[in-house]
Amino acid sequence: MGVQLNETERRVLNEFQHGLPLEPRPFARMAAQLDCDEAGVIALLRDLQARGLITRVGPVFHPRRIGASTLAAMAVPPERLEEVAALVSAIPGVNHNYEREHHINLWFVVTAADQEALAATLADIEAATGLEVLDLPMLDDYFIDLGFQLTWA
Amino acid sequence: MGVIHSLLPDADTERELDLIAAIQDGLPLVPRPYAAIGERIGMSEAQVIAGIKRLLEQGVIKRLGVVVRHRALGYRANAMVVWDVPDEDLARLGPCMGRFPFVTLCYHRPRRPPAWPYNLFTMIHGRDRGEVLARVEELIEACGLQEIAHQALFSRRCFKQCGARYAPASAPDRAPGTVRPAGGGAS
Repeated sequence: MGVQLNETERRVLNEFQHGLPLEPRPFARMAAQLDCDEAGVIALLRDLQARGLITRVGPVFHPRRIGASTLAAMAVPPERLEEVAALVSAIPGVNHNYEREHHINLWFVVTAADQEALAATLADIEAATGLEVLDLPMLDDYFIDLGFQLTWA
Repeated sequence: MGVIHSLLPDADTERELDLIAAIQDGLPLVPRPYAAIGERIGMSEAQVIAGIKRLLEQGVIKRLGVVVRHRALGYRANAMVVWDVPDEDLARLGPCMGRFPFVTLCYHRPRRPPAWPYNLFTMIHGRDRGEVLARVEELIEACGLQEIAHQALFSRRCFKQCGARYAPASAPDRAPGTVRPAGGGAS
């Protein structure tokens, strides 16, 4: 798969996407399960982060239980895509900004403290680009997030 | 802040917000991360642990752990596969799709006719395009979706990927936006 991972790294990636111990020394507890020591686990996590294989060790928030968020989509003329994507990416509340294969080609998640701020952000994007923004908020969630099952070829 | 207040009715909602702001970019990778977070926001280690536990119980935090980057790990293909499911079938088909380990999101979202006719959104990752498409077929077979219109929107380029941000960052570490963040709410 192009990335070289040792057995401990693989286990960290697959077994600790949820359930990080809520006790004073969580990495020592992980170390006990992984048969290494606390300093080794911390060094390994720092290394995975430095290699860009993990974004963080921390919480994944439920998109609807706090603040406001929506999936937004725009049909951007191809010659303007870089410009509009950069403008959208620069907004601090925007994450997961992707080009997708569709005439509605720019897809991103907008988060804000409340609905009012969210609506204002979408309106700002429309005003700044002159393009319509589709607002597709989550209405129901059928997925329980236990992390992503990685398999090793 | 209306939504946060109504969902976190505790007297010290502001303390919850401080905690969320302090952990949203990840825990510090040090031997006692909860103590380090507490030091930043004037809480004890025990208060931080209890606070995170409460957020997990309330479902504000879905999971606490390692957040992986699919792409960097070799899962280079991902498609947002969207379906036009009759509204009365959502409650049955949504959970049917959401239980597959390769489905990493499964949401009901509104249609926006005529521009957008789809109301069920699934995210499917795979090492390559073929693997993703094979998984779509597997879903169709398993949940009986042969008559349901769908489209697979493969991602072409990732312009930005980071954790969702709900509370103001504790440090001004973000690049200034070319669009003014509305009301300063999400910045």
